[in-house]
Amino acid sequence: MRSEAGATLPLKAAAIGGLLFLHIPLALIVLYAFTTEEKSFQFPPPGLTLRWFGAAWFDRPDIWGPLWLSLQVALLATLIALVLGTLAAAALWRARFFGKDSLSLLFILPIALPGIITGIALRSAFDIMSVPFSTWTIVLGHATFCIVVVYNNALARFRRLSPGMIEASMDLGASGAQTFRYVILPQIGSALLAGGMLAFALSFDEVIVTTFTAGQQATLPIWMLNELIRPRQRPVTNVVALIVIAVTFLPILAAYYLTREGEHTGGAGK
Amino acid sequence: MTASPATPVPRGGLSDFFHRNPGLLTLALLLPPLLWIGIVYIGSLLALLLQSFYSLDEFSGTVVHEFTLTTYGHLFTATNLTIILRTAVMAALVTVASALIAFPIAYYAARYARGGWKALFYLAVMMPLWSSYLVKVYAWKLILAKEGIISWVAEKLHLGWVIDGLLSLPVIGGPSLSFSYIGTFIVFVYIWLPYMILPTQAALERVPKDFVEAAADLGASPSQTFRTVILPLSLPGVVAGSIFTFSLTLGDYIIPQIVGNSRPFIGTTVYALQGTAGDIPLAAAFTVVPVVIMGVYLIIARRLGAFDAL
Repeated sequence: MRSEAGATLPLKAAAIGGLLFLHIPLALIVLYAFTTEEKSFQFPPPGLTLRWFGAAWFDRPDIWGPLWLSLQVALLATLIALVLGTLAAAALWRARFFGKDSLSLLFILPIALPGIITGIALRSAFDIMSVPFSTWTIVLGHATFCIVVVYNNALARFRRLSPGMIEASMDLGASGAQTFRYVILPQIGSALLAGGMLAFALSFDEVIVTTFTAGQQATLPIWMLNELIRPRQRPVTNVVALIVIAVTFLPILAAYYLTREGEHTGGAGK
Repeated sequence: MTASPATPVPRGGLSDFFHRNPGLLTLALLLPPLLWIGIVYIGSLLALLLQSFYSLDEFSGTVVHEFTLTTYGHLFTATNLTIILRTAVMAALVTVASALIAFPIAYYAARYARGGWKALFYLAVMMPLWSSYLVKVYAWKLILAKEGIISWVAEKLHLGWVIDGLLSLPVIGGPSLSFSYIGTFIVFVYIWLPYMILPTQAALERVPKDFVEAAADLGASPSQTFRTVILPLSLPGVVAGSIFTFSLTLGDYIIPQIVGNSRPFIGTTVYALQGTAGDIPLAAAFTVVPVVIMGVYLIIARRLGAFDAL
């Protein structure tokens, strides 16, 4: 039965090499946030210091506005995506009808098509309807591609939900709202939280669509893009990069742990 | 257990109604997200298409809101065709390179990693996938810089001449790695690699163990088994991954701006047209190009069974 030998050495080397390729750049971002070198990207750093964290916090008030806008947008987009993504997953979970596959493709489309298309499409729609740019024009775009993240997470969990439990709840006299509150929500809750966190992370550092829907406003990624194209103070950019990594890593880790132990959900025997 | 129609419980009219008409429940649930995607997204795409049939008045610089095909005529100039070709070739190369790098990772994760290692592999792919796009591009600016880590490592290994040799090549070379096609290519591969790993791994996980054992029992060598059983069965996953790597490279406009020799790609052209040039009609017509290319690509991908692997 056990016919498979262990992995060959070249395979192991290629797999580990690939993973190193994925992670060394991120590790370097962490290292460069502490470098004493101001003018260039010299490696190895001539010395290490913490002073750029102070400089970013105290000397650069231009970071706070974009940071606040990014948090606001990410929060609003996540809330909208949570509602719409859950509804879509609830609807398509058990339904069988003609064109269902095209419908799910429709929800995936905003992330499958290049972001520039979504961006310029929204921009031309705002242009034609003379909608002025505001926080809401950014939110509109972000929510659109965040729906699919929540949808995917919720759908995966719905598929493990036993329809029998919902019917039992209804048979025992619970209203639709009660069934949702006490039977469905506890079971899909962690998946929604995970989806919401991923949506938040996605929105928080989105830049491709945002440049088209923001007008003159700057979110944190737009601030960063400007710094990349016209650097003002490289060490501060390094520090902000490190902070952005931290802000997005935590929700991703949390989302992973929330959806990891989903194999044994109540009401099994699907 | 079905609800008995003989004894309807006199309560919560709405939920009973939906229980008897599940189709209407589906519709009621589906309507809000459908309206959102339909109005905001599809509506915008139609607006984009509409704009591409307008034109820019060359004297006043304003958009003329009249139906015309002249904008599409402007699309097919030699310069623009070069841009389209350059982008398509880059997307194809990036896709091939991603597939080659992704396959061993996916293969190891799917067939050899167990328990904690498997979780670690999964996280090791998910983390770079989800972490900030701009930060990742920025990281490569640090790496590819003349004074950066690549030059340092090359110098320590006395291999500086390899990099100089690469950079002196025509077309793909340049003054430094971060101002050459090589740099742009590396960053594209890096950024989109996780999108290739995940579907490939998923497809490899679905290759039945029995098939592999049967092939071995029937006398196939490990490499024969790989070529005739595992590879064909995992191909849909690779094709599914290639949809992402290809499409995302076609439309990207930030990476070539930050790392590269500033020759225009489709994305950077669209960005410049709608921004500084204010020529939204031509920008709109330009975005139709990647959509058409992707349409053809998706039709081929569907033939290869990639949709089941998504």
